[in-house]
Amino acid sequence: MKDFLLIFRTDIAAMPKRSPEEMQANTKRWMDWIGGIAAQNKLTDRGNRLMLTGKVLNPGNVIADGPYSEIKESIIGYSIVKANTEEEATELAKDCPILAAGGNVEIREISVL
Amino acid sequence: MRTLQVTISSMEQTALIPHLFRTEYRKIVSVLCKLFGIDHIEIAEDIVSDTFLLASELWGLKGLPENPAAWLYTVAKNKTKDYLKRNTLFAQNISKEIKYTTTTSEEIEIDLSVKNINDSQLAMMFVVCHPCNAPEAQIGLALNLLCGFGVDEIASAFLTNKTVIYKRLQRAKEKLRIEKIKIEQPTTTEINDRLPAVLMTLYLLFNEGYYSASQDITLRKDLCLEAMRLTYMLIENEQLNKPAANALLSLMCFHSSRFDSRLNQQGEIVLYQDQDTARWNQELIEKGEYFLNQASEGDTLSKYHLEAGIAYWHTIKADTVNKWENILQLYNHLLLIEYSPIAALNRTYALAKARTKKEAIIEAEKINLTGNHLYHSLLGELYMSIDNTKAIAHFNNALTLTHSTADKTLINKKIQLCEQPIK
Repeated sequence: MKDFLLIFRTDIAAMPKRSPEEMQANTKRWMDWIGGIAAQNKLTDRGNRLMLTGKVLNPGNVIADGPYSEIKESIIGYSIVKANTEEEATELAKDCPILAAGGNVEIREISVL
Repeated sequence: MRTLQVTISSMEQTALIPHLFRTEYRKIVSVLCKLFGIDHIEIAEDIVSDTFLLASELWGLKGLPENPAAWLYTVAKNKTKDYLKRNTLFAQNISKEIKYTTTTSEEIEIDLSVKNINDSQLAMMFVVCHPCNAPEAQIGLALNLLCGFGVDEIASAFLTNKTVIYKRLQRAKEKLRIEKIKIEQPTTTEINDRLPAVLMTLYLLFNEGYYSASQDITLRKDLCLEAMRLTYMLIENEQLNKPAANALLSLMCFHSSRFDSRLNQQGEIVLYQDQDTARWNQELIEKGEYFLNQASEGDTLSKYHLEAGIAYWHTIKADTVNKWENILQLYNHLLLIEYSPIAALNRTYALAKARTKKEAIIEAEKINLTGNHLYHSLLGELYMSIDNTKAIAHFNNALTLTHSTADKTLINKKIQLCEQPIK
C-alpha cells in the first residue's frame, strides 16, 4: 500500500461562525470520519490542523500576510492515509466533513525520497 | 473504603492456602532471587517450592500455624541457610556478589522485612517484564515466578502442552542470564523507560485470563486477579504510581466487575447486552472509578486511559444513545493511537448503537476482516431483522471460522433467532 496526503482546503472567510455545540458536533464528524479510516487500518498519520494565519515569504524578502493572500481557499489541515491506488484514496476521502462545509480535499500520492 | 486487596480476596471463593501460596511464593522467591542473582533463580525456586511442599504436608496434618506467613519465612530462611552450608562454593560465589554481607556463608542475611520484600518484588517485576523476551515469554515468566503458577497451569491457560511451556520458560530464563539482567531496584530513568513494557505485560496477562478460550473458569479468574495484584503493587510504590498504571488498574477493575455475569450456569458466554446487571460487582466498579480519577492527573493519555474510559461507560446500565456515542468517540481515539481488529469491530458495534444499524453495516463492510469470526458475528448481528438471510450467511461464516465451543453455541442460538418467523 502507498501513502496519500489528503489536503483539506476551504475558504476561511466563508466559514460559518459556529456555536460551541456546533463546534463539538463538527469535531465529532471529523473523529467519526478519521476513526472510520483508522478502523480499516488505513490511517498512516492523522495529521494536524493548521492555524488560520501565517506568512508567505517571496523572493527578495517580500513577506505577505498569508496564507490566503492570492488564492481564495487556504489549507486548513492534512492527514495521511494508506491505499493501493489513487481511486481507493479518493474513496476514503469521500466522507470527509470538509466537503459538506463547502471545502475540498486534494489527494496526492506521496513520492518517497 | 476497603482496599483493593480485600476486594480481590473476597472475590476468591478459594480457601486461604492457595491465595497465601501465590502471594507468599512471589515474596520469598523475589527476595531469594535478588539475593542469589539472575544466574541462580532456579535454586531460589527449588527452595521455595520445598518450603511450600513441607507446608502443605504439615498444615494438612496439624492444621494452620498461628501466623502462616511467618512460618513460611522461617522455614524458607532455614532451608536457604542449609543450602548455603551444603554448597559452600555457591555460598562463596554469591557472597562475593553481595557487597553488604560478610564473607562467611553463615552470616548471609536473608532479609524478609516488608521493605526488602517490596523492593525485591518490584525488582523482579522489571526483570520478568524485560523486553529481551517476547511478550508471551514474559507472561509465562510472570505467571511462573511472580504468581507461583506451575507449568501445568500455565499450559492450561495458554491452551498448549506442558513441554511447550517448559521450554518457553527455560529459554526465557536463559535469555535473562545471557543478557546478564540484574535483579535490582530500577532507577528513575529505567522506570520511565521500562514501565510501559511492564504495564503491557500486565495488560496481556489480564487479557489472557479475561479472553482466554480455556474452559477452566477458576484458573482464568485467577490470572485476572493476579494481574490486578501485580498492578496494584506498582501503584503502591510512590515512584511507579503513574497515571498509565492507574488507568490500567481501573480498566482491570471495570472488566472484572462483569466476570461473574459473563457466564451462565452452564458455563456458556453471556453477551454484554444479555447480562444480568444485578450481578455486576458494584464494589469493583467503584474501585475502577477511583483509579480512573487517579489516572487523570498529569497530561498523558495512554491507550489504557481510553480503554478504561470505554470500560467505564460499559458499567453504566442504562442503554442510551449518549452512552454509545461516548463509547464510539473513545474507540475513534483509541484507533488513532493503535489499530487492532477488535477495536475496529467494537467501534462499529458502538456506531450501530449510537446511530443506526444501516450506517454501521456500511462501515463494517469497509473493515473487511473476512477471515475473522468476530467480523462475521458482528455483521450477522447488524443484519438481524434487516436482512435475516444475510445475517444467517454471516453467522454460518463465523461458525466455520471459530474453534471455540462456547462461540459456536452462541452463534447457533443467533441463527435460531433469525430462523424464527416474525410473530
